Amino acid sequence: MNNSSSGNVGIVIVSHSSKIAEGAADMVRQMVGNAVPLAWTGGDTDGGLGTNVAGILEAIEAAWSPAGVAILVDLGGAETNSEMAVEMLAEDRRARVVVCNAPVVEGSVIAATESSGGSSLAAVKRSAEEFYA
Amino acid sequence: MSLDRAAREKLVRALAASMIEHAEELTSLDQAIGDGDHGLNMKRGFEAVLATLPGLAGKSLPEMLKSIGMTLVMKVGGASGPLVGTFFMELGKALPEQPARAELVAAADKAIDAVKMRGRSEAGQKTLLDVLVPVQAVFAGGGDARAIAAEAAQAADRTTPMLATRGRASFLGERSIGHMDPGSRSASLLISAAVAALEFEAIS
Repeated sequence: MNNSSSGNVGIVIVSHSSKIAEGAADMVRQMVGNAVPLAWTGGDTDGGLGTNVAGILEAIEAAWSPAGVAILVDLGGAETNSEMAVEMLAEDRRARVVVCNAPVVEGSVIAATESSGGSSLAAVKRSAEEFYA
Repeated sequence: MSLDRAAREKLVRALAASMIEHAEELTSLDQAIGDGDHGLNMKRGFEAVLATLPGLAGKSLPEMLKSIGMTLVMKVGGASGPLVGTFFMELGKALPEQPARAELVAAADKAIDAVKMRGRSEAGQKTLLDVLVPVQAVFAGGGDARAIAAEAAQAADRTTPMLATRGRASFLGERSIGHMDPGSRSASLLISAAVAALEFEAIS
């Protein structure tokens, strides 16, 4: 998990594999730089492959930005657990977090690139989703 | 229906035992058409629920159900955590402390609707909804504990020839046909365990 603070939209990467999540975050940092709050989480609570709500909530907190947070996910449970985590946020934050329907690695880089230019949460989500649509 | 503390603890232990005892079976079903972690995930979730006893059984029925749901959401991992956890949480939210049967039926309706929303799914897609929805029809129609448990088992069996169009098994397309849905099997086991623990009189 790593992050930096700024007014740009935060990016959270959720994969079943902590290695994929961490690797995607490394790619974002190298390609986009430190202008975007960024956090990643992967694996179940026992350290196996999977995703968990507590880890996603921590990552949202770590990447929090007043501009909102875009979450990139890999497969099924990552999406369901991310949506669950969003619902568990305080009400004032809930509307400022979105789960993007985009491939996790490419989507993370594209979303972060869009965010680094100061785009809105809606624009970040749209660019991640449109690129491979 | 009025459950005292001992009955609430018995219910929790029965639910957990059903998942722990069948963990390997659920995992092997999931290895056929999923990612092979369903048994382990459910076992982990219900072991975490057991760890909240005895305090858990000291809560009112609605609060106890909400707490079980939250523990499952946080501990199960995989999509089944939010799906099964949502069912328990919403059931708890919708129930009065000493529900009459009609209130239990209404609360189960709401909980099933919440599972549909959480999974963006309906019955017919080879998911746990293919057990929850037909069992709820039997329950709402006045079926007794035996009829409910029988429908749960049969409904899980009926997922075997189904084509998965939601959940991990949907990636397999037609190869999902011929295998029982693991989420339907675990839902069926939990329902059977619940009606057995609550005993016939309690919900009739």
